[in-house]
Amino acid sequence: MNLPTVPEIKVHSVPAARIPNGLPVVELQDVTVSYRVPREHIRTLKEFAIRRVQGRVQFEDLLALDRVSLQVHKGEVFGLVGANGAGKTTLLRLVARVMRPTKGRVIVRGRVAPLLAMGAGFHPELTGRENVFLNGALLGYTRRQIEESMDWIVEFSELSAFIDAPLRTYSSGMMARLGFAVATAQMPDVLIVDEVLSVGDIAFQEKSAARIREFRESGATILLVSHSMAAVKKMCGRAAWLDHGRVVELGEAAQVVEKFEKYMESR
Amino acid sequence: MEQTLDKPSQEVYDSAQRLPPALVELKEAWRYRDLVFFLVRRDITARYKRSVLGIAWTMLNPLGMMIILSVVFTQVFRARVEGYPAYVLSGLISWTFFSQTSSSAINALVWGGDLLRRIYIPRSTFAMSAIGTGLVNLLLSLVPLIVVNLVIGIPLHITLLLSPFAMIMLAMFSLGIGLLISTIGIYFADVVEMYHIILTAWFYATPVMYPVDILSTNVAMIVKLNPMFHLVGLFRDLVFYGTVPPLQTWLLCLGVSTMTLMIGWLVFTGKSDEFAYRT
Repeated sequence: MNLPTVPEIKVHSVPAARIPNGLPVVELQDVTVSYRVPREHIRTLKEFAIRRVQGRVQFEDLLALDRVSLQVHKGEVFGLVGANGAGKTTLLRLVARVMRPTKGRVIVRGRVAPLLAMGAGFHPELTGRENVFLNGALLGYTRRQIEESMDWIVEFSELSAFIDAPLRTYSSGMMARLGFAVATAQMPDVLIVDEVLSVGDIAFQEKSAARIREFRESGATILLVSHSMAAVKKMCGRAAWLDHGRVVELGEAAQVVEKFEKYMESR
Repeated sequence: MEQTLDKPSQEVYDSAQRLPPALVELKEAWRYRDLVFFLVRRDITARYKRSVLGIAWTMLNPLGMMIILSVVFTQVFRARVEGYPAYVLSGLISWTFFSQTSSSAINALVWGGDLLRRIYIPRSTFAMSAIGTGLVNLLLSLVPLIVVNLVIGIPLHITLLLSPFAMIMLAMFSLGIGLLISTIGIYFADVVEMYHIILTAWFYATPVMYPVDILSTNVAMIVKLNPMFHLVGLFRDLVFYGTVPPLQTWLLCLGVSTMTLMIGWLVFTGKSDEFAYRT
């Protein structure tokens, strides 16, 4: 366990007890992501070759994130707010390892569970159980982990009577329940939640919210992106407001949300 | 419920610290090996669950092709090859393996593209599961091959037992090509169509349905530059002629397939980060 040699500059101090080794769970250092996009959308090789020969391919750099630095500590519920296209999704992709930064550094300590692909790879012809294995493997579980969690998944998704029936016989609510159960079967270190969860009926929404609370209480870090300012205020301790790829405001969730709302109204 | 909430693992991801991408991908692909297995199982079960003839299709397809080609070649072109149906079938199933796996590697990447932008999966997973599915189909198509051999009176050769080595080399070569094509596919979606045209030409440049000796010496020289000439030839020697090719043939095939796989792997892993940047 080596301690950081550079003194940390934190906007808000977090109680020391909640940081076991002082290292943030999610850390972005001066992160820039720039997409190099052709000025015109070229989808085919044929088109590209023709344009290239004619010297008509022009690129422009699109900054999705612009020198963003963030630290999220263990046990925090951290909110991300901002208008569409502000860079929230890109930030989540960096943390989920889907994408690497163009410049800067991203450090994530622990296993990330993105609740972004619930039910990924579900196939209608396979049974519920077979789909659990496939979906679980896509989320990075080993076969053994899935086997261990199977009973819990079946119980939590309330599908014990249907788990060996093909998925095409499921209702969309049943599929969503199964997807949520697989995604949250194992305790992650970092949970990425995009938008407020609306899975299944009211009763199941309660249940899934309780599951996330349970994770938080056992020390998981949660990154939440939401358009519901009330949800961010209620659930998050701290939040960051992103605008055109930059962090405009970082701090207490309530204050950040207030400033963001004021800004949105004034526009 | 408590048992699923046990100690979180301590893996650290640092975007700045990293091994060469080719090694990282190798490590991650190994970690996700169960996923490859489940993807293969999905492809196989999904394909067979709903069709009436089920698994028989894998065997009937090459048989149908075999009958057509046999009629055309022996009746129309009057080719004289002893046991032509078995000859063409041995070529067909190895060729089909190559063409199907290499093109489904790229299809799978395009299909799974949306997923690859939402969650982390080693990007070679889809190509590898395509190879896995192909290998299962290849093994299944050995059944009609053996049946045809017996029906037309060609004895089963003991060298058939060596054919898995030829299959592995074929798989390595196909994976290498699949990854190379997928790399281009990251940038341009129409590569799939273009590749199908290339495959058609490649098919005719490989002695699948014609005997090697109908080629003139000059043409044969050129055709021998085609790696599939040797890979199909190796497979055919083992399952049709029942001869063990000389060591140099083995080394040539092993060399070509290993090199192709390595180049494909290096190129693909070197560029696969770009994938998330293309939306």
